[in-house]
Amino acid sequence: MSQTDAQEAVTGAHREQWARVVASLTRRFGDLDIAEEAAAEAFATAVERWPADGVPPSPGAWLTTTANRKAIDRIRREAKRDGKQKEAQMLYDGDPPEPLGAIGDERLRLIFTCCHPALAMETRVALTLRMVAGLTVAEIARAFLVQETTMERRITRAKAKIKAARIPYRVPSAQDLPPRISGVLAVLFLVFNEGYLATGPGTDPLRHDLTAEAIRLTRLIRALMPGDGEVAGLLALMLLTEARRAARVSARGELIPLGEQDRGAWDVTLIAEGHQLVRERLAAAAAGVAPGRYQILAAINAVHTSARDVRATDWSQVLALYDQLARLDSSPIVALNRAIAVAELDGPEVALAAVDRLEGELAGYHAYHATRAELLRRLGRSQKSRAAYGKAIELAGNTAEIAYLTRRRDQLG
Amino acid sequence: MQYLVSVIHDSSDLATPGEMAAIDVFNDGLQAQGYWVFAGGLAAPGTATVIDNRDGAAVFTDGPYLESKEYIVGFWVIEAADLDVALKLAAEGSKACNRKVEVRPFR
Repeated sequence: MSQTDAQEAVTGAHREQWARVVASLTRRFGDLDIAEEAAAEAFATAVERWPADGVPPSPGAWLTTTANRKAIDRIRREAKRDGKQKEAQMLYDGDPPEPLGAIGDERLRLIFTCCHPALAMETRVALTLRMVAGLTVAEIARAFLVQETTMERRITRAKAKIKAARIPYRVPSAQDLPPRISGVLAVLFLVFNEGYLATGPGTDPLRHDLTAEAIRLTRLIRALMPGDGEVAGLLALMLLTEARRAARVSARGELIPLGEQDRGAWDVTLIAEGHQLVRERLAAAAAGVAPGRYQILAAINAVHTSARDVRATDWSQVLALYDQLARLDSSPIVALNRAIAVAELDGPEVALAAVDRLEGELAGYHAYHATRAELLRRLGRSQKSRAAYGKAIELAGNTAEIAYLTRRRDQLG
Repeated sequence: MQYLVSVIHDSSDLATPGEMAAIDVFNDGLQAQGYWVFAGGLAAPGTATVIDNRDGAAVFTDGPYLESKEYIVGFWVIEAADLDVALKLAAEGSKACNRKVEVRPFR
């Protein structure tokens, strides 16, 4: 076995097994902190041992056994130090085994605990990325532009709260599930969006690790709740967005807007799967089930990914969907995106008037200025357009988007 | 596991008869289902006295230890299996007394 093969095996096992190992240890020891630390130690041991000893036949079982041993070592050490009866914890197994529906996946418990409504949203995102996705604290800190020590504190505090307040480690009962699912989806959407348009100068502009992880976890939730429209909607939205990934950044490292992308580079398999989900939800809507925001956003993306080229886009359909979305969600960001469709149907002048009305709420949002800049450019108002590009560049966090906006500004006559 | 459910409000005025009736129904439910440990209403913060006897010479200070616009006007102590149960009961309690509540676990 070569060094590289062993390293690849560890990387693969980390992707496949991290959440399972953490979940199974949390279940056994009733403590997220012990589970996380022992899982990290087990993977560190794999990095040392696999190149020399070879990859074990069942990496998952090897990692779980090793992590269990590490956890027991820690509990014994602490018991000795504190003189307390911590050994008792080793037998702790709070819940009797419960049926998990069609799939008995331990990771779901972990997701619901990490996304508990008693935790702040930013904490839920951080905890999910650490415990479920297996990102390091440093990576999460970088993704959210905070100091590593700040992120470490946030995660440590969350683990302490889960333990002290006894946030349960289980999948909620059927009657409690719908509101809890929507909380989980919000977390997964945030993770996806950070990967879709990563913030910060130090990261890749597109973080495939984050988008892939968000999709993987959303698939897991869909396996639990196959009939939930918003779960299907979010998965479709993610797939149809991810399908365009290869076409979104140019060789020069600039973001390419939807209308200028090479549609031949889009992933037809992901698009087919996304369209299938959207059709499933359209059938449900036709039967009288009102769609939620993720389903409407997925439908908008389905319109875009159905058009052979940008000129073939059915903008009136896009606008109708944004109108529907605006009735559910009165946020100015929805109004901004709606204005982009208005520009295609009624011209940039009408769209600009709609965008300008949002200034009070969106003056600090880079996309507001980028949209204005583009509309002003189309209207031939170069000077104002240049100023708007300037503001957008100042506020944008994504390196590829900054590169794109800068070129557009510099191309103005 | 016990939790303190504090009732937070900006006035210590007594609950209205409607609120009082709803609180009674809620309390009966807590007792019937075995969640009840203790509950009580508190007089206004202006009636509080802070005592500091850390040095062995008790100093009394008139008023609450913290001046704030909102304060604790009452509380429940409940016995619940985990935070999900406590949060559900606290949500019912908030509805019954028509005030915000805070849930905090005992050690």
